[in-house]
Amino acid sequence: MSGFPWLSVITFAPLVGVVFILLIRGEPDVVARNARGVALWTSLITFVVSLGLWANFDPLATGFQFEEKLVWVPALGIAYHMGIDGISLFFIILSTLLTVLCVGASWESVQSRVKEYMIAFLVMETLMVGMFSALDLILFYVFFEGVLIPMFVIIGVWGGPRRNYAAFKFFLYTLAGSVLMLLAMLTMIFESGTSDIVTLLNYDFPASMQTWLWLAFFASFAVKVPMWPVHTWLPDAHVEAPTAGSVILAGVLLKFGGYGFLRFSLPMFPLASADFTPLIYGLSVIAIIYTSLVALAQEDMKKLIAYSSVAHMGYVTLGTFTATTQGVEGAVIQMLSHGVVSAALFLVVGVVYDRRHSREIAVYGGLVNRMPAYALVFMVFMLASVGLPGTSGFVGEFLILVGAFKANSWVAAFATTGVILGAAYMLYLYRRVIFGKLTKDDLKNMMDLSPREIAVFAPLILLTIFMGVYPVPFLDAMHVSVENVIERYETAVAAAQHLSLAAK
Amino acid sequence: MYLAAVFLPLLGGLIAGSLSFIPDGGEKERKHKLDRAAQLITCGGMLLAAVAALVTFISVVLGGETGALEIFTWIDSGSMELSWELRADTLSLVMVLMVTVVSSMIHIYSVGYMSHDHSIPRFQSYLSLFTFFMLMLVTSNNLVQMFFGWEGVGLMSYLLIGFWFERPSACAAAIKAFVVNRVGDFGFALGIFATFLMFDTINFDVIFGLAEAQADQTINVFSGEFHALTVICLLLFVGAMGKSAQLGLHTWLPDAMEGPTPVSALIHAATMVTAGVFMVARLSPLFEHSDVALTVVTIVGASTAIFAATIGCVQNDIKRVIAYSTCSQLGYMFFALGVSAYSAGIFHLVTHAFFKALLFLGAGSVIHAMSDEQDMRKMGGLYKLIPVTYVMMWIGSLALAGVWPFAGFFSKDIVLEAAWGAHSAVGQYAFWLGIAAAFLTAFYSWRLLIMTFHGKPRADEVTMAHVHESPKVMLLPLMVLSVGAIFAGLGLYNWFVGAGTVDFWGNAIFVLEGHDALENAHHVPLWVKYLPLVVGLAGIAMAYVFYMFAPGIPAAIASTFKGVHRFLLNKWYFDELYDFLFVKPAFRLGHGLWKGGDGQVIDGVGPDGIAAATRNLARRAAALQSGFLYHYAFAMLLGVAILVTWFLVTGG
Repeated sequence: MSGFPWLSVITFAPLVGVVFILLIRGEPDVVARNARGVALWTSLITFVVSLGLWANFDPLATGFQFEEKLVWVPALGIAYHMGIDGISLFFIILSTLLTVLCVGASWESVQSRVKEYMIAFLVMETLMVGMFSALDLILFYVFFEGVLIPMFVIIGVWGGPRRNYAAFKFFLYTLAGSVLMLLAMLTMIFESGTSDIVTLLNYDFPASMQTWLWLAFFASFAVKVPMWPVHTWLPDAHVEAPTAGSVILAGVLLKFGGYGFLRFSLPMFPLASADFTPLIYGLSVIAIIYTSLVALAQEDMKKLIAYSSVAHMGYVTLGTFTATTQGVEGAVIQMLSHGVVSAALFLVVGVVYDRRHSREIAVYGGLVNRMPAYALVFMVFMLASVGLPGTSGFVGEFLILVGAFKANSWVAAFATTGVILGAAYMLYLYRRVIFGKLTKDDLKNMMDLSPREIAVFAPLILLTIFMGVYPVPFLDAMHVSVENVIERYETAVAAAQHLSLAAK
Repeated sequence: MYLAAVFLPLLGGLIAGSLSFIPDGGEKERKHKLDRAAQLITCGGMLLAAVAALVTFISVVLGGETGALEIFTWIDSGSMELSWELRADTLSLVMVLMVTVVSSMIHIYSVGYMSHDHSIPRFQSYLSLFTFFMLMLVTSNNLVQMFFGWEGVGLMSYLLIGFWFERPSACAAAIKAFVVNRVGDFGFALGIFATFLMFDTINFDVIFGLAEAQADQTINVFSGEFHALTVICLLLFVGAMGKSAQLGLHTWLPDAMEGPTPVSALIHAATMVTAGVFMVARLSPLFEHSDVALTVVTIVGASTAIFAATIGCVQNDIKRVIAYSTCSQLGYMFFALGVSAYSAGIFHLVTHAFFKALLFLGAGSVIHAMSDEQDMRKMGGLYKLIPVTYVMMWIGSLALAGVWPFAGFFSKDIVLEAAWGAHSAVGQYAFWLGIAAAFLTAFYSWRLLIMTFHGKPRADEVTMAHVHESPKVMLLPLMVLSVGAIFAGLGLYNWFVGAGTVDFWGNAIFVLEGHDALENAHHVPLWVKYLPLVVGLAGIAMAYVFYMFAPGIPAAIASTFKGVHRFLLNKWYFDELYDFLFVKPAFRLGHGLWKGGDGQVIDGVGPDGIAAATRNLARRAAALQSGFLYHYAFAMLLGVAILVTWFLVTGG
């Protein structure tokens, strides 16, 4: 444990930027320019500091690292407790990286209420980082729910024509799930007498209670992931959200669910997890096949990518509940990869949306003639999305399916069909947008990527390929933490089986 | 050296690829320079890689320095540990040498063939990158790196088929190729998972070491207890069928001819489509322990050989004829593998690479001369105008038909003799279908030659006036390949399948004791030896009768057997069947699930339904507050009445 409060600094640094932005006065365009500048620098510095986490992270340590603890509500044992392990580490870096890119991507496309826009993103960064580093139930809940507010505002204020419908749908869907989770958390605190996650990770809840707690958490996480059939808020939210909103939504917010399953459901309620595994398998496989088929029929680019997100997240839930090393590590890699790739795909859509102001696939066609660099960038992320080996998408999917095959070969076989469908809908999309003759007059003046846009895409491309060719640094950092989760799960399940055998 | 052979194409491809992004500012001079640079870099890189491959070949195969070169770890998750590695044994090196040599020739040929195209750097870059992926495939030391190369070549094939992206047909063919291959890869992937479940590793050395001991193991998958190696081999073979366009998953290959001709030669004849054959040979230590899998391989191979040959006889597009011929020849290779004559299969693979690349490039030369005409019905009478190409096509066809002493004679013969030598029912099946296919092969080859080069010119005068022999840069690679098509059979016979075969292959190929089809192949009755040659000559003779001396016969036959002819012309209606069974339903289902499932059921009952219900309730509640005093008074009265009744009834 080092003396420097890394996590608090990273979590609250963006708020310092917010204060600076609030202090800006002057002409509207000066305010806008300065707000962008402050937001960029704040997020950039936060990102660089968060890389320090990785540099100082000890991959062999078994417990949480960079821990900070301050008592908050002594009567209930609630504390401001922060800390990370090999699973949360990368989500924090992903959050800080994507925030930088979001500010960069919104540089020109957002022209109204720039100040408020940047504030919303910085606040969101604080909440995201806080969520991934919280080690106290209540603290976690505050961050987890708090994220809804800036996101609601971003969709509701800077969104498209049906933004109100989408924003409310998003808000109510996720809130409905979370209410149950809050109840469950309170139950846990009263049962165990603490809200400390580290302690709870080793607390054995009675089997019957686990079932209800698991279901309550499931209600919240399943909406966030989102799993079929509670996924319908996602396409609407994505379609209406501004580009950067979609980036954060797909890149980080969806990971809350997967992270939650891994941090809470699996290790804290192992018996219930084992019981409900078939349910998760079923819903995941349906998600993969169902939403892939739906994606095939889409006419709106963002909707298509939103549906593909649901399919890709289906792999995550599948992998997590295989409770095998490959499955869980694959799930984490898949989340990171999806965070990068789907974020990038929304940026890709944003590029043409900024120019032509339409997300309709039929509006485009033959873009490669005018925009070869764009076509290449799109190609890279399309391939990562279909899981081509050598890209990050492959490593995650592959490990998950290896794990799934061990657990249940039918499930793995059905899930693997998603690989065929994924190729079909992505290639079909790419063909309609990029290939063909350039015949439409309003496309003939489209400009290729600007240096600013290239700067936004470059780190994502590098990351996608690096994770695909050499994922070892990521895997190495998470081995111990994943092993902890699985061990905890397996011993609990084995003990229960032993008990039930003894009872007979 | 080995690294250079594999990674030089990658380097060249990346450099040439980045050149394609340098704006030429509309200047011809500048564009020309960029094009030239890309051509020099990629061709130079490939030639150097070929030299490096030759040096490695000599040290590994002749010097016996087998092993593996580890580059760095790729994936490490629990017991799933694997590295980027280059495996060095005879099988890998034979493939590396063949790929680099053929690819270099095709790189050079492309300089001439694509000279009028406006995306030369992009094309050259794709070719080099393709070669890199192919090399990664054949040098892999584990199943996953093989899968990397496998999907990589699939990607490059997609990009090259769709190279002329302005044509809708090219785009459609490209997607079809990728998606159909993915269907095969689905099997491949499941095969990898099953292997890992069985052996807890996917590294070749370990698997091969364990295979013998676990030959009788069963595995519990798909709700049943099955013979483990059979399950694994069959799943992996589905992948091989996809990539090598075997019966059922072949539909993408003819459409792939939408790509530029050098692509057809390199990818869809000489290298990528043989990946399936390579895979089965590489996994011989597994396949050997599963008689079921071997039988399946034999039957699929033999059936494809005859199936594709029948279609090849009626096609009119010069490239499609050769494409179906490729499909058919791949079938030969597979049934050779299926009877445990792996080295014979690889032998045919290598000779085929030379003569089929030669045929494609020759066809490309014809197409080039005919101003991009591919329909043989509009050709004819070309032999005097493009004599070098004509000779080259003859050499290629003689090799394909298996006429002595051309390469195909040796390899096809040993394949058929091995099928006979298997002394089994499936062996007989393969042998007789192979003989029939050999007859058809010779027939359609000469049909192609005669329709293209002989008879009266059927093209219009403008085209005919423009017909010219191709430039030297295209003819030179043709000549190099023709040397291979003539001498590869005779020259390599001894090493590959003859007396030196055991020393040559070393441990690269494993054959179980008692699986001695290859040995028996050398002791077959005389008539078995001569039958392929005889039917080949008969096929040639029949083609002469049909298309040169009595040109009325084909039309007469076609009209007599209208049904059969249409069936063949429509390629056994596979495309229509798949469209009806899979493609259309997928789109319909997708649309239905979207509008019906998501829209009406989930949203209708869920969020929108609840919202509507809430609104409805609120409206009714609001309606109660009408503001009229007598409404309220009436409600109170009603309430009092109900309460009183309640008390009276319950007696409270």
